Amino acid sequence: MITSAANYVSGLANPTRFLNAVAFVLPWMVGITGVLFAVGLFMSFQAPEDYQQGMTVRIMFIHVPSAWLAMMCYTVMAVSAIGTLVWRHPLADVSAKAAAPIGAAFTFLALVTGSLWGKPMWGTWWVWDARLTSVFVLFLMYLGLIALYRAMDDPARAARVSAIVILVGYINIPIIKFSVDWWNTLHQPASVIRLDGPTIHASMLYPLLVMALAFTMLFFTLHLMAMRNEIWRRRVASLRRQAARSVQPS
Amino acid sequence: MSHLAFVSLAYGATALTIAALVGWVLIDQRGRRAELAELEARGVRRRSAEKAGADHVQ
Repeated sequence: MITSAANYVSGLANPTRFLNAVAFVLPWMVGITGVLFAVGLFMSFQAPEDYQQGMTVRIMFIHVPSAWLAMMCYTVMAVSAIGTLVWRHPLADVSAKAAAPIGAAFTFLALVTGSLWGKPMWGTWWVWDARLTSVFVLFLMYLGLIALYRAMDDPARAARVSAIVILVGYINIPIIKFSVDWWNTLHQPASVIRLDGPTIHASMLYPLLVMALAFTMLFFTLHLMAMRNEIWRRRVASLRRQAARSVQPS
Repeated sequence: MSHLAFVSLAYGATALTIAALVGWVLIDQRGRRAELAELEARGVRRRSAEKAGADHVQ
C-alpha cells in the first residue's frame, strides 16, 4: 500500500497527470471548504461570550486559524524547497511559488485581526514584542520571496535561489511559535497546542477547530488552483519559445 | 469604538482579503486559459500533444 501511494505521488511529477488529478479533486475541495466555513461560522457566533473579553473573543475564530495557516504555508514552502534542492521534483518549485502569495495573505490577516483584537483588550493596536515582530518578519519574508520569484527570468535559477532563502528563513517559524515562552510578550502563551492539552473550554475550542479546518481546506484548495495556474503559465512560456524557434530562419 | 465594531471590522477584513485572494486566483486562471486557447488556435501545440495526435491518426 505504501509502495502504491509512493508510486502515485511520484506519478504526479508529470504535470499533465497532476492537472488531471487537480481537475478531479478541486470541485470536492471547494464544496467541503464551503460546508466547513458555513458550519464553523455558525458555531463561532453560537459560542458564548468570554467573561472578560466579551464578544471580542469571536475574533479568535479567524485570528488563530490565520496565524496557524501563516506558519503552515511557510512549512509547505520549506518542504517544497527541500523537494526542489534534494529531489529536483518538477512540481516542488511550482508549489513553493504558488504558496507565497497565499501565505502572505494569511499572515496579513493574522496581523490585522490581531491588531483589531489587541486594541480593545490590550489598549494598543501594535507593540514591538517578540510574537508580533516575528510574525511581521514572516510577512516581510513572504513579500521578499514573491519579489525574488518575479525578479529572475530563469525559472530554474529562481527555484534554487528561492529554495535556499526559504530554508534559511524557516528559522523564524520556531521563533514565532516559542516567542511567547522565550520572551516577555504582551501576547498570551499557547492555549490550544500545548503538551498538557488545550486550556480553552470546549464551547470555544470546537468552533475554533472547525474554523481552523475550514481555513486549512481553503489554503489547500487555493494552493492547488494557484499551482495549476503556474503550470499553465510555464506551459504558455514554453509554447511561445517553441513557436518563436519555429519561425526563425535556419 | 464598541466591541461589535472591532468584531465586524475583523470579520469584514477577513472576508475582503479572502475574496481578493480567490479573485486573484480566478483572474489568473482565466488569463492563462485564454493564452493557452490563443496558442492552440494558432496551431502551437506541445510536442507531446502533437505526437499523441499523430499516433492517434496512425
